[in-house]
Amino acid sequence: MDNDRATQLVVTSSPHIRSNVTVAKLMWAVIIALLPALGGSIYFFGVKALLLIVISTAAAILFDALGQLMFRRKITIDDGSAAITGLLLAFNLPPNAPWWLPIVGAAFATIVVKQFFGGLGHNFINPALAARAFLVASWPTQMTTTWLAPHTGNVSGLSPQALTLCTDAITSATPLNVLKQGPKLLLPGCDPQLLYQHLQSWDTIKNLFFGNTGGCLGETSALLLLIGGIFLIATRVIDWRIPLSYLLTVAALVLILPGHKTAVLNYTLFHLLAGGLILGAFYMATDYVTSPLTHKGRVIFGIGCGILTVVIRLWGGYPEGVCYSILLMNVATPLIDRLTLPRVFGTRRKK
Amino acid sequence: MGKFRGGIHPREHKEATEYKPIEVAPLPQRVSIPLSQHTGAPSKPVVKIGDTVRTGTVIGEPNGTISVPTHSSISGTVSEIKELPHPLTGRFTTTVTIDSDRQDTLDENIRERDVSNITPDEIISAIRNAGIVGLGGAAFPTFFKLSPPKDKPVDTLIINGCECEPYLTADHRLMVERPAEIIEGTTFIARALGVKNVIIAIEDNKPDAIAAMKEAASKTNFTVQSLKTKYPQGAEKQLIKACLGREVPSGGLPADVGCIVQNVGTAVAVHEAVRFNRPLYERVVTVTGPGVAAPKNLLVRIGTPVKELINFCGGYQGKPEKLIMGGPMMGITLASDDVPVLKGTSGILVFNTADLAEEQDCIRCGRCIEACPMGLSPTRLNYHIKAGRLAQAKNEHLLDCIECGCCAFVCPAKIRLVHNFKYGKAELARTKGR
Repeated sequence: MDNDRATQLVVTSSPHIRSNVTVAKLMWAVIIALLPALGGSIYFFGVKALLLIVISTAAAILFDALGQLMFRRKITIDDGSAAITGLLLAFNLPPNAPWWLPIVGAAFATIVVKQFFGGLGHNFINPALAARAFLVASWPTQMTTTWLAPHTGNVSGLSPQALTLCTDAITSATPLNVLKQGPKLLLPGCDPQLLYQHLQSWDTIKNLFFGNTGGCLGETSALLLLIGGIFLIATRVIDWRIPLSYLLTVAALVLILPGHKTAVLNYTLFHLLAGGLILGAFYMATDYVTSPLTHKGRVIFGIGCGILTVVIRLWGGYPEGVCYSILLMNVATPLIDRLTLPRVFGTRRKK
Repeated sequence: MGKFRGGIHPREHKEATEYKPIEVAPLPQRVSIPLSQHTGAPSKPVVKIGDTVRTGTVIGEPNGTISVPTHSSISGTVSEIKELPHPLTGRFTTTVTIDSDRQDTLDENIRERDVSNITPDEIISAIRNAGIVGLGGAAFPTFFKLSPPKDKPVDTLIINGCECEPYLTADHRLMVERPAEIIEGTTFIARALGVKNVIIAIEDNKPDAIAAMKEAASKTNFTVQSLKTKYPQGAEKQLIKACLGREVPSGGLPADVGCIVQNVGTAVAVHEAVRFNRPLYERVVTVTGPGVAAPKNLLVRIGTPVKELINFCGGYQGKPEKLIMGGPMMGITLASDDVPVLKGTSGILVFNTADLAEEQDCIRCGRCIEACPMGLSPTRLNYHIKAGRLAQAKNEHLLDCIECGCCAFVCPAKIRLVHNFKYGKAELARTKGR
């Protein structure tokens, strides 16, 4: 090698080989995993759903860039993280939400929750969920009553025969709402037990599994969400510990705690499949930035989410607890991290 | 047993050289030999310009407790003794340059000796006099490891044939081609230490080496243990954990758990030193990587310029971007190919890509924590160091980092974790941990 070539050698610290996993690849894998559910929401709710998803995603990307400009950070919208936030925010909206709702939500998610705290990697709560909580608090009517029936079924997921037995009020309530409000939705003289039986029938559970019920845009079809979730676990993009411990905790708790059980297995399945649990467990509780770093910490995180979800669902004022339980556990993450650091090789476990 | 936590599975890339027999590299016209080729004090020059030396003649004598002599690797004339930057550390080091007389006359002290009744002390002094250091890369003087403190009885000797770094095949070839010498060297080391329990540990990606070593060890009571291929299987602490289930305490040495680890290359050098009184003046080096035309395993005289080895391997292929001494995980980049091969040089790698991926912000994915074989939390350590919280980093065991590179390898944000840890450790040393 002659001298001028020799001076061009690059001198760096080891290691000199790197895995081909990049932040952008991980983010795009999540987006790909969300595609089945995205297709599902368009199938179930039509063009209106597509419109909301496009507005939400575009707004999130735009506001993220705006936030980065504001703080003179490098524009990194191509890493996919803003797109995920927008997509997940849309998945958390009711299908008949007004068009401006995702815009407000996306601005809050990316600018306030993400960029105010330092951008990707520094936000302490999940931006999409924080935005959802913000929207629910600010525009409760638009966020909790604008349900649409999927063109394959109705909002409550109950079979048409069941609906004729009960009342019309039920047609506009989501499955978890029906469970929560039960007798209030019935005409005087109707037997609530009959309503619960219908709610926990295999017909309803099938509807929940395939997505023939009302609910937020992205949460209706457990099947489509599971396809993407299993893809993420198989490709080791996400750790199985959070979804598994989350779902098992919910299942175990609803099994042992008092509730309107008509059949134990059906009641448990109903809780697992209804609402945003699958979406939350696989796609939002597993958000790297806001969940614990360690294996043990992730199990604790999942269990915590599960407990809070069940507590809110059974005893809280909301029919659904996934969003708040994940947000609350996000806040506990630094503490969990500190308490679950791995044991350093050659040291004794601290007592 | 058989497991340590963490670790990674990088692509091995050994196919280029794993079946290529060791070739003797041509005698260099000129060698430059830094007198600091080991951990500890550099040796003191005992030759002057114009002196005639033979192959194996002492040119530097030990200078302190942890120090070994340095020998000429060719016969010829001392043409230069001056301070030159050390290839690895960059610090100025006394370097002796010798011009070859093309005769390769051996020093008269090199001759076979009767080893039938050799005592442990004789073995250890032969090892010290031969200037043997750990050939796995760390270059710690071998004699010193063989004299553990009396209050730390050693019961097990592990011979490290893992060679877990991708690309490198020097140890692999030694095990396939010279198993009997490894066994004899091991016998000497075991006798010096007075241990009965000897394990020869080899990663299971080298079945031919395992077979050869088993065959050669059949007349001894040594155990050849096949270990699952996983980086860094060959790191001393991880190897002891995998073979014996013992954990070297934080801040401690293998002797603290009754164990000594020696590399297979070191065992060959011990065999040469004890049986033939031959000093360590040559070693096997794997010259490989996508930037080398014809990768080879070479028997190389210490002090041979890297450039000559690359020329012997057909020269560069494409534009060299990175020249690495050692493996891709822990090796050190060279600023020039005009530097000499050292006792600790296990490989020379040439990459055509520089891997200068830009650092992104940590997304807290936790992959580094999963990969760390020492149970550290690299992402936290990195934050502490960047924020100047060195005491906190030390508290979270920064000094236990073995710089294996697993964390930086897996990091999707391409954060230069090892680089920052080296910096943090240096800062701690500089400020004495304040």
